[in-house]
Amino acid sequence: MRKITGNKLLVRALKEEGVDTIFGYPGACTIDISDELYKQDDIRVILPRHEQALVHEADAYARTTGKVGVCLVTSGPGATNLVTGLATANYDSVPLVCFTGQVARHLIGNDAFQEVDIVGITRSITKYGVTVRNREDLGRIIKEAFYIARTGRPGPVLVDLPKDVMGELGSADYPQTVNIRGYKPNTSVHMGQLKRALKMLKKAKRPLFLAGGGVNIARANEVFTEVVNRTNVPVVTTIMGRGAVPTNHPLFIGNLGMHGAYAANMAVGECDLLFSIGTRFNDRITGKLHAFAPKAQIVHIDIDTASISRNIHVDVPIVADALEAIMKMKEYVEPCETAKWVSQIQEWKQEHPLDMKKHIQLGPKDIIDEMNRQFDDAIVVADVGQHQMFVTQYTEITEKKQFITSGGLGTMGYGFPGAIGAQLGNPGKRVIAVSGDGGMQMNIQEFATAVLEELPLILCVFNNEYLGMVRQWQKLFYGKRYGMTNLRAGALYRRTNGEEMPEYTPDFVKLAESYGAKGIRVTKREEIAAAFEEAKKNEKTPTLIEFIIDPEEMVYPMVKPGGTLEEMIIDC
Amino acid sequence: MDNNMKKRWISLYVENQVGVLSKISGLFSAKSYNLDSLTVGTTEDPTVSRMTIATVSDDETFEQIKKQLNRMIEVIKVIDFTDIFVRMKEILYVKVFKCSAADKAEVFQIAETFKAKVIDYGRDSVLVEFVQTATKNDAVVKLMKEEFKTIEVVRGGSVGIESISMMER
Repeated sequence: MRKITGNKLLVRALKEEGVDTIFGYPGACTIDISDELYKQDDIRVILPRHEQALVHEADAYARTTGKVGVCLVTSGPGATNLVTGLATANYDSVPLVCFTGQVARHLIGNDAFQEVDIVGITRSITKYGVTVRNREDLGRIIKEAFYIARTGRPGPVLVDLPKDVMGELGSADYPQTVNIRGYKPNTSVHMGQLKRALKMLKKAKRPLFLAGGGVNIARANEVFTEVVNRTNVPVVTTIMGRGAVPTNHPLFIGNLGMHGAYAANMAVGECDLLFSIGTRFNDRITGKLHAFAPKAQIVHIDIDTASISRNIHVDVPIVADALEAIMKMKEYVEPCETAKWVSQIQEWKQEHPLDMKKHIQLGPKDIIDEMNRQFDDAIVVADVGQHQMFVTQYTEITEKKQFITSGGLGTMGYGFPGAIGAQLGNPGKRVIAVSGDGGMQMNIQEFATAVLEELPLILCVFNNEYLGMVRQWQKLFYGKRYGMTNLRAGALYRRTNGEEMPEYTPDFVKLAESYGAKGIRVTKREEIAAAFEEAKKNEKTPTLIEFIIDPEEMVYPMVKPGGTLEEMIIDC
Repeated sequence: MDNNMKKRWISLYVENQVGVLSKISGLFSAKSYNLDSLTVGTTEDPTVSRMTIATVSDDETFEQIKKQLNRMIEVIKVIDFTDIFVRMKEILYVKVFKCSAADKAEVFQIAETFKAKVIDYGRDSVLVEFVQTATKNDAVVKLMKEEFKTIEVVRGGSVGIESISMMER
């Protein structure tokens, strides 16, 4: 039998798994793998400028294509730079397989150059992690890694590759089947439980669907919309669930939670049946736990048993994949009598519609409204902070659009690399990133990647010269003491007791241009449309549009931290 | 959350691989679950290890612990020992120092009462081996601490297996 090195088998395995793109950054322990990848043309290798951005790019690639994202980094610092990205993917259930280089087996444990115990470090933020200790296990482990990453509740898997194992000759076979005795993801729906839940739905006077990210991950949006149409039951979504039904659907109320729509939070408070799918009832959506949906019985469908009845008590638990469950629901659901309930919700909507004060100059909503007008089939990627909440509140997500963001971990710096990954996976689509001036600087080096890959990204930077979300809390709850959030503060600010500050740095427009990208600065509402039109013309170059925003802009409504959902600050 | 706080036992079949013990114990610390005792050893199948875990928790947390363990790739099977008949024992060594003649007599009497074995003996010290339930061992440790000035205690943690016919613990 012909024998090949581990490095060769790895490349072969990637092809067998249908991998067309990998995100890699080289180093001493993976140089042989780089060499094998150099010798072939089937797999495109993207070279980001930092491993944290690298893993976000693979993550967004996976979220927007439904494929498994693949990372290859070296040992030591290459591996530790993955940590934030792995946690991001883990919280938002994104399928990744991350290969990390490792020192040769005889050096492991010796504090060798660029040695870290990356499997140990990432144990609590990966779905699975393993060091390949024998060459003969390599094929099986890679096969299992892809299987574990994409099945059940998807998640990141880390495979650590000691350099000597990869150099060793061994079997050229890549297994076709997987059998892991401790891992049998659930694929069927318990029909008895589901029928019980549907009976409750039929009987309820004020039923409400709560759709989480699971509906989007399972790509169940269309079927779910059919179920909503058939039942006439109104819908609220989490941030990750936005788009589960088109946001212009008459039965869509809005997002719930800390910055949810008034009507959505009121509906949760008043409903008598909360039929939830693919959410883990994170603290940001529940507010004070014992006062969450106080009048409702709760149905909870989730692929992950551990998500059920963890944060809130559930009356009917159903362990199932969202798509499977919703397909079954479609067969059995009947129209519900919800006219009165829906009109009550409409009243709440009219009482406090989602809106922002009109500004003389330029407000966040003006920008997003224009985005909605000009782009009806875009992928929108939001970073983390105030702008992210504006995007989740106002961006229309219809059938042809997709919205992604770091919802669970809330990783600043996700937006820009996220847009790169999304664009690489969807070359024909328009990809728009929205970031704050803080988050944009956390992975600014990726301009090089975006320019060299000729990506026509539109990067909207909402620049308010502050770390706005923390500032918002300081304004509301900390007596306007803006500690650590002023991005113009430094030595001069300290020397003059806050009297003087230098000009804002960096100049985003010049910075973009220095990388070979385009830069536009927008300070007035009338300039927004033209800026987007201009950006659209750059077919092979990213365009950064810097929007100068008033730092006093606030995200409302806001549920007070630790308060109940119905206690919202509507405006100040 | 204090409702039904009590000691509970779980038996686990896990892959006998590097890092599995660390992953299981890491789960308890990461999620702030109480971990009272944990024992592990290989089974008749050398690729499989069996763990017996004792934890003090309420109903909801205990449910969550079982679910979290179940979703680990390396965990093959989770058995809840709470409401089934099991045989469960823990080994306990107690060494008593600075014994007077009267102390030694007392040690022997305690050993006899608890059906323990005196397994070693020195000029002024005695070593006793108890194999009984962890609860009884708790009582023994408490008693010995009260009775003697200087003792040394080593406990093995409970190991358990389902009963065949015995309808008692």
